[in-house]
Amino acid sequence: MGKITLSIYRRDPAVEAEGKFVDYEVPTEDGMVVLDAVKYVETNIDPTLSLRWNCKAGKCGSCSAEINYKPSLMCKTRIDTLGDHIRVAPMGAFPLIKDLVTDVSANWGMLKKIPVFTPRQDVPKPWIIAQIDIERSKEFKKCIECFLCQDVCHVVREHSGTGYFGPRHIVKAASADMHPMDTLDRSEFLDANAGLGFCNITKCCTEVCPEDIHITDNAIIPEKERAVNAFYDPIAMIARSRRKKKEAKNNGKQ
Amino acid sequence: MAEKYIDYETDILIIGAGGAGLRAAIAGFDSGVRVTVVTKSLLGKAHTVMAEGGIAASLGNLDNKDNWEVHFNDTVVEGVYISNWRMAELLAREAPDRVYELEQYGALFDRTPEGKISQRAFGAHTYRRLCHVGDRTGLELIKTLEDQVLHRDIKFFDELYITKLLKKGDRVIGAVGIKLNSGEFYAFRAKAVIVATGGCGKIYKVTSNSWESTGDGLGLAFNAGAELMDMEMIQFHPTGMVYPPGVRGLLVTEGVRGDGGILLNSEGERYMLRYSPKKKELDARDIVARANYAEIMAGRGTPHGGVYLDISHKGADYIKTKLPSMYAQFKDFAGVDITKEKMEVAPTVHYQMGGIKVDPDTTKTNVDGLFAAGEVASGLHGANRLGGNSLADILVFGRRSGLGAAEYTKKATLEEPSKSDIEAEIARVKSYLRDDGRNPYEVIEELSANMSDNVGIIRTETNLQKALIKILELKSSAPKVGVRGDLKYNKGLLACLEIPNMLTAAEAVVRGAMTRKESRGAHARSDYPKKDPNFKKNIIYKKSGDEMKLELRPVPEMPENLKKLVDPEEY
Repeated sequence: MGKITLSIYRRDPAVEAEGKFVDYEVPTEDGMVVLDAVKYVETNIDPTLSLRWNCKAGKCGSCSAEINYKPSLMCKTRIDTLGDHIRVAPMGAFPLIKDLVTDVSANWGMLKKIPVFTPRQDVPKPWIIAQIDIERSKEFKKCIECFLCQDVCHVVREHSGTGYFGPRHIVKAASADMHPMDTLDRSEFLDANAGLGFCNITKCCTEVCPEDIHITDNAIIPEKERAVNAFYDPIAMIARSRRKKKEAKNNGKQ
Repeated sequence: MAEKYIDYETDILIIGAGGAGLRAAIAGFDSGVRVTVVTKSLLGKAHTVMAEGGIAASLGNLDNKDNWEVHFNDTVVEGVYISNWRMAELLAREAPDRVYELEQYGALFDRTPEGKISQRAFGAHTYRRLCHVGDRTGLELIKTLEDQVLHRDIKFFDELYITKLLKKGDRVIGAVGIKLNSGEFYAFRAKAVIVATGGCGKIYKVTSNSWESTGDGLGLAFNAGAELMDMEMIQFHPTGMVYPPGVRGLLVTEGVRGDGGILLNSEGERYMLRYSPKKKELDARDIVARANYAEIMAGRGTPHGGVYLDISHKGADYIKTKLPSMYAQFKDFAGVDITKEKMEVAPTVHYQMGGIKVDPDTTKTNVDGLFAAGEVASGLHGANRLGGNSLADILVFGRRSGLGAAEYTKKATLEEPSKSDIEAEIARVKSYLRDDGRNPYEVIEELSANMSDNVGIIRTETNLQKALIKILELKSSAPKVGVRGDLKYNKGLLACLEIPNMLTAAEAVVRGAMTRKESRGAHARSDYPKKDPNFKKNIIYKKSGDEMKLELRPVPEMPENLKKLVDPEEY
């Protein structure tokens, strides 16, 4: 059995102005993940250490943190890939609650705003849908809401004034938009109300996604393209302004 | 001392935000009453997320002979005739509607070549019946319900832990809880309370359950006077991971066997041909789990104390499509490529069949104002649960509890809880904050080791006695636990608060197992290896002072029209 040093960020913002990294020595065993090591500290050294975890199986997305500066799930990051000194910090994009726990509740507010799945009413039930038609949406439905993509996104992190909802929420909208029975197009909402245009496709979100969702290529870019086609295509813009003028004229006659 | 807390008023208070809690919230809200959901973890993280294989519903998309009557028979027979017939009937009849409804809410199930919802084979289901989304059915279910809840005006508090139900006379009228992420106390006033807190798998050391499954609802309801039932019935899933140690117990879905996986011992023998020549790997969970256990005990196990599960013969494409998260789970955690190599697996504690006794149609408990649904409730699964019936359970009875509670609230009034009850509870919670307390994790470690060692897959009087002595000893020392720090996000404090619930669950399991002097379904005793007609009964647990009282009660008699559907019981 070996040993590692775990540097864990500690701070209660209610009483401490600044946080600090505290070193803990943790014995290792075969196949150990970072969450095992952090839980060792909580169970055996300091039960007041705050951390959030749930399934410990990579399925729930609770134990998000920045491990050696990289946004990762603690339960899926093996110790033996990291060497004997490991730095564990909370997600930096979210307000700190305590130690490794952050307040991710703003995400619920954004999810509420994204128009809900709105199915066709003109097809008989039960629905007949081909397997091939569910694949696009299915990729996005793998999302476990760990919010690592939000954490790594430099727009979310450093330019909160833009109002950009962030990668998770584009994926959510795309999962409904690409559902074969859905009737809405959420790109207009994303463009006008969710700051979609501020994403400059650096693909950092795709890199950290523990579910290997191709966030940028398969969700963000198609939504941007839809928005562009609908609202920024010059010919469409002229047609739309003419239609509006005509409508105004017609309305005036009445 | 006057304690500070926040008052909150609602019509229905739902404790737990897994599938049952969220489905109840939707049903309650759509009935036109105010609904509030509280959960001790974040929204969308409940243990439901870990369900893999599918939802059992007799759509008959692949096997057109399937219908609710066959599903009903399978459920009663595999529950070894102590299931509540009405719950089994409701489940079998209503599951198809709940699946189609979930699809209308936005869930995308895998399809058949004709474009219908695909269904996979599972242990002891007569036909292919499990509607699935690869092997992530639970994730799809909970995210779909979460989306529906977020788009309704349903109030939710996450990371809020309920510590006590409030009563006035014989009626439950609210609850006290602590908001973990702020350290504030809440006093909820509600016309009805639904307990949907899931199971108690964490009283065992080796379990597929997440940290939440500490039997909270069992403790809350039992202390409020609710009857528990069939707590001795703990399901061991035949296949949990055994290596590495950090993931010991983690579930390997039955879908692996449903999709063609076979079990082998260290000699390369496909031993299920010996234990169950007809159903083989797809016999009921209790039978396969005991076969796996017997092979390991007979010295034909793997290096890490399991048996082999092999699906590599199906090819990489098939495995990665049908079982993507199993492929990832073994690759990430064990460094095993299941498209080429065998998995090592062993039985793991998976599910509590027993729980709070409820009325089948409304899910009301014997206590006024208190309802229960999902794993924390009992009656449906009897002595053994069929795979896929739990996801059907949380949809069918989650909805029914929402409707039942909404109906109840229309006649009920809001009551003012006693201030001194609330303050006494807050003081109790705070009393765990101290410097000289015993480490709560030590107590949990001792309890869970005791359960795994002495109340495992095969039980004996001697071991059960040992287990009970240990539990009573832990019970008397439990008030001495404590942690440093303050009220905010103190997981150690949470552990202190969970311990009494875990002990209630453990005591019930052990006392029930001692009372049931036979072997039936998941409950197997080497000193009473046969099924006994005198025990075709339910065990009821009641609180009497500080004691737990047990009584045997006959299983409610099935009406004639249903009896005709059921294979007769054999002894």
